[in-house]
Amino acid sequence: MPQTLFEKVWNAHLVRPESDETPAVLAIDLHLIHEVTSPQAFTLLRERGLRVRHPERTLATMDHNTPTTPRDANGVIPVTDPQARAQLSQLEQNCAEFGIPLYALGTENNGIVHVVGPEQGLTQPGLTMVCGDSHTSTHGAFGALAFGIGTSEVGHVLATQCLLQSRPRTFAIQVNGQLQPGVTAKDIILAIIATIGVGGGTGYVVEYTGEAIRALSMEERMTICNMSIEGGARAGMIAPDDTTIEYVAGRPFAPKGRAWDAAVERWRTLPTDEGATYDRTITLDASTLAPMITYGTNPGMGIPITESVPDPASLDDPGARLTLDKSLRYMGLIPGQRMIGHPVDVVFIGSCTNSRISDLRQAANLMRGRTVAPGVRVMVVPGSQQVKKQAEAEGLHQVFLSAGAEWREAGCSMCLGMNGDQLKPRQYAVSTSNRNFEGRQGPGGRTFLASPLTAAAAALTGVITDVRTMLS
Amino acid sequence: MEPITTFTAKAIALPIDNIDTDQIIPARFLKATDKQGMGDALFADWRFDAAGNPRPDFVLNHPEAAGAEVLVAGHNFGCGSSREHAPWALRGHGFKAVISTYFADIFRNNALKNGLLPVTVDAETYRQLVSLCEEGMGTTVTIDLTSLILTLNEGNRQVAFPIDSFARYCLLNGIDQLGFLLQQEEAIAAYEAEHPALVQTIA
Ligand code: SF4
Repeated sequence: MPQTLFEKVWNAHLVRPESDETPAVLAIDLHLIHEVTSPQAFTLLRERGLRVRHPERTLATMDHNTPTTPRDANGVIPVTDPQARAQLSQLEQNCAEFGIPLYALGTENNGIVHVVGPEQGLTQPGLTMVCGDSHTSTHGAFGALAFGIGTSEVGHVLATQCLLQSRPRTFAIQVNGQLQPGVTAKDIILAIIATIGVGGGTGYVVEYTGEAIRALSMEERMTICNMSIEGGARAGMIAPDDTTIEYVAGRPFAPKGRAWDAAVERWRTLPTDEGATYDRTITLDASTLAPMITYGTNPGMGIPITESVPDPASLDDPGARLTLDKSLRYMGLIPGQRMIGHPVDVVFIGSCTNSRISDLRQAANLMRGRTVAPGVRVMVVPGSQQVKKQAEAEGLHQVFLSAGAEWREAGCSMCLGMNGDQLKPRQYAVSTSNRNFEGRQGPGGRTFLASPLTAAAAALTGVITDVRTMLS
Repeated sequence: MEPITTFTAKAIALPIDNIDTDQIIPARFLKATDKQGMGDALFADWRFDAAGNPRPDFVLNHPEAAGAEVLVAGHNFGCGSSREHAPWALRGHGFKAVISTYFADIFRNNALKNGLLPVTVDAETYRQLVSLCEEGMGTTVTIDLTSLILTLNEGNRQVAFPIDSFARYCLLNGIDQLGFLLQQEEAIAAYEAEHPALVQTIA
């Protein structure tokens, strides 16, 4: 029977299939952990006297609760928050005790967990991957089945390298056509979420297909899969092709020699078979998309940048009306108001959605030789130390610095504002991250999600700007 | 874990759709390495102003919210981050169940592992619950995990609710899912014998 990409990966990892009484037992190839969602899982192991079954299929990094401030004279990134220090040293201790490799703060391979995996060549087609982090969906860009789990489940995987899972349904999102200049992968995914809603993908694994997806680079595909969870989907996947294989080739953990040839042969069998069916399908046309921006407090509240803030009165459902009204009040926006021209206090370029080298290149290209608008704080936070190094080798940091932006150490930073990189109450930010929830980037802070290009445009003009008017 | 069978409790309503886990517990409260005190951070930015004073208009700060063990909340509750701190905070505050028309995936999974029941109801039951809560300063409901029936004690309504059958079995018997997984050792070992590691993090 013809199978989808998801079905092939799922079936290949069944230790025990689902029954009426019990969920499936799914084998996990790669488990990524970080400091925030793992400590209580290690406590569980200790309480039960359990070992980590496969430390060599586990990798830890520090990213969420780490400062992005400059290094001291000894090259060390100082951690001043005592709680953060305790959490980071707890991870260090846990990794040492259980034999798990750790990319510690400031070391050469450290960075955001979803940037590090692909860049090290650990993320590969056909794998099952989990992490105590909802944006694990990022790794699906390679044709891996990758999804976020809770801390109890982190404990399950540490102890057994398996997970109990009920089988999700399949959802194909086909994106046809060609993107117009100034419109990016971020705009595709924001448009998708605006279409299906923040709960539209719940219970599904999405496969992104179509000409527009095929044309994307791996980094752009990661941007798309990253935000699958913002549509509620458990995971997002893209079938591996030449683009995927070229990206993985030669990376530190990629298979080598004959193992490489065997892996490529296996990966070639993964794409969805002709005639396989999905539980749900929608189609979008990339050529009609404009740069997107969010106006509200969830990622589904996005519109083409040229449009105006919607009116709660136009909604029939009382619950939805109340929710939108509450959102707009939080955002300080008036129904019918145009988005273009709205003032911005902060621009954040970073996060596992858009902090890779190609994102930084795009932003730098627009900002080269220009200056940040007066009064606007612009933070550029590379996704990893490797991205930082590459950007510096290309001189991108000089472009940002001479424009008047901050060039910081790698980490999650203002994406979740856990490390003190926060908006002040009532500040407006254009952010390349993935969540515009109330207070996400700092209590009372107000976030407009957009692409790196749109963010760079706002940095230069100080207001929400259609980047297409700035492209030569 | 304590077995859960049936309980009757006061419900209060927070009728907002898409309540995300950043609202349930903001990121700055995730710095702990244990589960203690999470209940104090529940809905922190909705409950308290910047100076830490309770906001009188927020439902958890109303006098009638005291002792409530069931939260009635809008569509797609628990979307966003995978943080299990969200159910820990709800449990820590004393909630035993959340009733909504829809739950986000990871939240539902996390809740079930912490003795917090995600009870999904139809839109009409939800609306009735919200108006009962609003009229009566809270309302009493009975949640029976044995029969999978939710009773609106003041609303003359009984509805069935679905719950994952394995999670229900674990909750009814007070056993945790890790125990079940550990019992699969033979099957896991057999699988691993046939499937060598595809990737290794230690060279
Ligand atoms: S960058 Fe943001 S979304 Fe990504 S892992 Fe870090 S906190 Fe989560």
